[in-house]
Amino acid sequence: MEENLEQVYNDLIMEHSMNSYNKKKLSSCDFCEMGHNPNCGDEISLEMKMNGDIIEDMAFSGHGCAISQASTSIMIDTLKGKTVSEAKEIIETFISMIKRETKSEEELKKLEDAIAFRNVANMPARVKCALLAWHTVEDMINKGEQEGKIKSSCCN
Amino acid sequence: MNIKDDFPILKNRDIAYLDSGATTQKPKQVIEAIDKYYENYNANPHRGAYSLSIEATEAYEDTRTKISKFINTKAREEIIFSKNASESLNLIAYSYGLENLKPGDEICISIMEHHSNLVPWQKVAKKTGAKLVYMYINEDFEISEEEWKTKINDKTKIVGITHVSNVLGTINDVENIVKYAHKKGAVTIVDASQSIPHMKIDVQKLDTDFLVFSGHKMLAPLGIGVLYGKKEILNKMMPFLMGGDMIEYVYEQETTFAPLPNKFEAGTQNVEGVIGLGAAIDYIEKIGYDEIQKIEDEVIDYARTELSKLDYLDIYMTPNKENHSSVISFNIKGVHPHDVASILDSEGVCVRSGNHCAQPLLRYLNMDSTCRASFYLYNTKEDVDKLVSALNKAYNMFKKYIKVEG
Repeated sequence: MEENLEQVYNDLIMEHSMNSYNKKKLSSCDFCEMGHNPNCGDEISLEMKMNGDIIEDMAFSGHGCAISQASTSIMIDTLKGKTVSEAKEIIETFISMIKRETKSEEELKKLEDAIAFRNVANMPARVKCALLAWHTVEDMINKGEQEGKIKSSCCN
Repeated sequence: MNIKDDFPILKNRDIAYLDSGATTQKPKQVIEAIDKYYENYNANPHRGAYSLSIEATEAYEDTRTKISKFINTKAREEIIFSKNASESLNLIAYSYGLENLKPGDEICISIMEHHSNLVPWQKVAKKTGAKLVYMYINEDFEISEEEWKTKINDKTKIVGITHVSNVLGTINDVENIVKYAHKKGAVTIVDASQSIPHMKIDVQKLDTDFLVFSGHKMLAPLGIGVLYGKKEILNKMMPFLMGGDMIEYVYEQETTFAPLPNKFEAGTQNVEGVIGLGAAIDYIEKIGYDEIQKIEDEVIDYARTELSKLDYLDIYMTPNKENHSSVISFNIKGVHPHDVASILDSEGVCVRSGNHCAQPLLRYLNMDSTCRASFYLYNTKEDVDKLVSALNKAYNMFKKYIKVEG
């Protein structure tokens, strides 16, 4: 526990949670989605701007614990500039890492800085904090696809 | 007398357990009473003609009598067993509220109610056209006399009030609120979930029409709760849940119901819970409320003093000690309570963080959540020291990153 704690509350996560440059409003965005954990009161609003099938920009607002805030900010860093299908793969990898469904080190590399949250998998009470933003972006992409506003090519 | 020795979990785990407001730990006397029940006289009460079932029935009904004496009801059938305080409150909302309220009537509750004494009344208000009115707190986190005298009026038909707030620890002046509500012709409900573990309840002295509490917050097992109601009101009410053991005659299209208390106890009941609650009451009475209060006063006084020394804490507590019970809510300025609770956990300190099932209260206070330390008779000054040192650790981890807003 002690070890997990020190690794979870590391500089990268603390900086992102307390002073995130991704916490802002985009001047224009294509998608906006709210995410919340009713039991803790954590609330985030995610914005996403697309360029073709590439995620051009993202930003968030809202409030919550250090883990949920940092996870949102680092997710944005990781997903920005990716295609929708790359993003979906990264999201799936992150969620399975946190849920302790084994992923190889090779696959986890895709997560870039978001790998910093791997020890949250050992803190069951905080899993939902780390996953909030990732489930929210997942919902946003699913809705976008259902409405035909996001077209991700299936063949890359 | 070392009370901690009676609680196996506090010997088996190296923890400072400061979440008794959520649920208390259980003394071995309670655990053993339940074991003894299953090993010696488990059967379905009220059903069998054989001696085992009769023994189970006796144990179940004797506990009803015990609780009746414990809170000093006029009659033993004024004690109804439920699953928990929430179910007791729902029973009142459905069987009394929905049946008796009409447009123009008012339901008056406090802003510090637990969701269980709030959400059912929203439903009753919506269904009946009655208005849901709130008594708010002042800057001391208390409901002033002026406030309850303003909000309770001739239109008020139901007054619901928690005896002790599960977030603030404020003790409400329930005796005078009940008196005033009765003067205005309203029926009163007191939620004693957070008070009965700590202080003597006498329903006749309090004169409330209904009173509810949960067993698990007073050393008993989970899944057993109590509804007290005045007989003349309970008799007029329709049953809440229908089924076995709550009936008299059942025809194809019609049913007549059993008298109190069975009318409100449909289906096979939680006998182990009832027996555990009986053992919990024996334990509380053996120690005595005076002694419990003495222990708690000392530990909570110490906690109030030590926590107040920490400049980085915001504490949400009345300054009037005599109006404060066993719960202290706080935040490290600029740090989210969940992060604090995780760091406290790593030091073996168990506190709750979140909205404590009281979202309207936290919204009223302009907050999302707090950390909450809640105390009971097994807590010691050492537990408070552990809390303080874990808080120092949390603060030091976050110090260099904290941006204090405003």
